[in-house]
Amino acid sequence: MGTLQNTTEEILSLAAEHFKVAREQLHPDDDFFKKLDINSLQALDLLTRLEHHFHIELPDYELQGVSDFRTLAERIQSRL
Amino acid sequence: MTESKRKTLSWHMEDGTIELVLDRAPCNEIGTATLADLEAFAAALDSLEPRAHALIISSARKEGFCAGADLRELFVESQKLPPKERLAPLREFIQRIHRVANRIDSSPLTTIAAVHGVTFGGGFELALLCDLIVADKMARFCFPELRLGLIPGFGGIPRLKRDLGNAVVRDLLLTGRSINAAKAQAVGLVSQVTGEGDALRVARATAAQIKKFDRETSIAAKRFIKPIPEEDLRREVDLFCELFMRPAVEEGLRKFVESAEAMPYLP
Repeated sequence: MGTLQNTTEEILSLAAEHFKVAREQLHPDDDFFKKLDINSLQALDLLTRLEHHFHIELPDYELQGVSDFRTLAERIQSRL
Repeated sequence: MTESKRKTLSWHMEDGTIELVLDRAPCNEIGTATLADLEAFAAALDSLEPRAHALIISSARKEGFCAGADLRELFVESQKLPPKERLAPLREFIQRIHRVANRIDSSPLTTIAAVHGVTFGGGFELALLCDLIVADKMARFCFPELRLGLIPGFGGIPRLKRDLGNAVVRDLLLTGRSINAAKAQAVGLVSQVTGEGDALRVARATAAQIKKFDRETSIAAKRFIKPIPEEDLRREVDLFCELFMRPAVEEGLRKFVESAEAMPYLP
């Protein structure tokens, strides 16, 4: 199991690659809806990609109110 | 008529396979226009089926297979009527949906849903009409109705119960969570998971395989294994209508409709 820092880094890299944003522009405390310019449907897409990447199930209700990468990483870390 | 292009969908037949393609922005929400087109398709099935062996239902929308009922239309139309007059048109809409659903569900053809992206609510229920679900790895399945104070109204619970264990049905229904294609395959809902963008190709390959079999045997096998849960479907209509009439549902729908999000599915 990777550290929370590793998990956060992997999320940022995956998000940058898929949503075509420069990796260096993304930071753990960024609001991913705003920074990636995504709507809830695209957030679902991100969730699916993260589930595949980390080989986990992450119920979407666990993301209720979550909008920053750091908290997202914590939620994922708790499933690893 | 072996092909038809309508406002919200189209169908055509090729090499013995009927393909029904949903295509209404943003994500094939099912309102009165889609229902009318589905009714036209159901009527056309009478003449198409004798010349076909399989039916594939897919979506041309990149966002997904189908996001479910058109809740905006449902809410706006119901608000035009005094509360006491809302039940009758709602029940009629739901019963029309059920007639179309039962027609597709009981088709003698082998039916395949080729799904990708959002397969939610009524969209999930549409997929459940089919004998097989082929899912793009990015597909997500969900019954979000309880978030609005409702239950699925297009036959979802009886059909999910027909196909899966009750514990899985309760999980999906009572939590309202969405699951990905891999999980859906693990619980027995999805027959094949494909790479991104490949669901329709795999569905067509599956239809080609089905064509090799004796048609009458396929029809007999399907009739034997896939009963229509008629009593549960009738009870679902009653329960859906009863729940829909509560003020809490009106408020839930109002919040949904007034959301700034184009598609407020999450969280």
